[in-house]
Amino acid sequence: MYKIAVLGDRDSVLGFKALGLDIFPVEGTEEARHTLHKLAKPAAGSQSEYAIIYITEQLAAVLKADIARYKTSVTPAVILIPGKGGSLGLGAQALQSAVERAVGADIG
Amino acid sequence: MASATINPTRMELNRLKGRLKTATRGHKLLKDKRDELMKQFLEIVRRNRALRAKVEKGLEEANAAFTVAAALMSPEMLEQALLYPKQSVELDMTFQNIMSVNVPRYAFHTRNEDPAEIYPYGFAQTSGELDAALEALSNVFRDMLELAEVEKTMQLLAEDIEKTRRRVNALEYVMIPDFQQKIRYISMKLDENERGNITRLMKVKDMVLQEAHEFQQPAS
Repeated sequence: MYKIAVLGDRDSVLGFKALGLDIFPVEGTEEARHTLHKLAKPAAGSQSEYAIIYITEQLAAVLKADIARYKTSVTPAVILIPGKGGSLGLGAQALQSAVERAVGADIG
Repeated sequence: MASATINPTRMELNRLKGRLKTATRGHKLLKDKRDELMKQFLEIVRRNRALRAKVEKGLEEANAAFTVAAALMSPEMLEQALLYPKQSVELDMTFQNIMSVNVPRYAFHTRNEDPAEIYPYGFAQTSGELDAALEALSNVFRDMLELAEVEKTMQLLAEDIEKTRRRVNALEYVMIPDFQQKIRYISMKLDENERGNITRLMKVKDMVLQEAHEFQQPAS
């Protein structure tokens, strides 16, 4: 049985609480990074209990390398969502880079 | 290439021929795998693009409504209203095998079956905008889940396609030409040895005959 986490600034994630998701409001880059890794890897060896981690694009912009680390593992899926500041186009960018990676060229 | 180090023997030739056969077969199989993965991948990308646009639009609406609600209510009230959710979501994860890539399939079930049960507060002390924000969120949630599934699938497929593509290229441009060159080198060397052997035999035969003639002449 898995759970879903939402990571972001307080105002962006508060609404998800009512839907029954686990929210993790964070302030600052360091706290966000720490929380992300804690959610993705609770303890050495054991499986993450969060299968999906939604993270706001505002946070993702500063945590690029940390998110890239989970790209190739099956769990968790780290998915970007627009926060309260609106979409930054990072999600679309991630899609583009995946295409580039697979095809070996930018096919637009 | 590294032809200086190989032994020009029949055993080595047979071994190389076997490896070339395996490599060619593997190349064909991997190429087929790559093509099929690519087909699936492009389909997934198309779905992902559509879903992402939908989710981003939905979330922006929800955020807009939420911002209005947050402006109308005090932060303490807002937090209090949302602090104890009635609803909780649990996620089931199964795996689907796409060309030997395991991709997750999510299915969620909520503790509370009634979809209207997302408002964890009484209506008296909260603003209507909060209801609207929550409704927008819950509408977009199903799509968000599908987006997660599709996006993870896309990432995993992309990784595997990259790996397969590299393997295909390595076989096609390095391994197979290398084997072919080595095989050619060995068979040339063996042919050369054969020719050398034949001329040597002819020479020996001539010499033996010569000797025989010379032996006969003094005898007669």
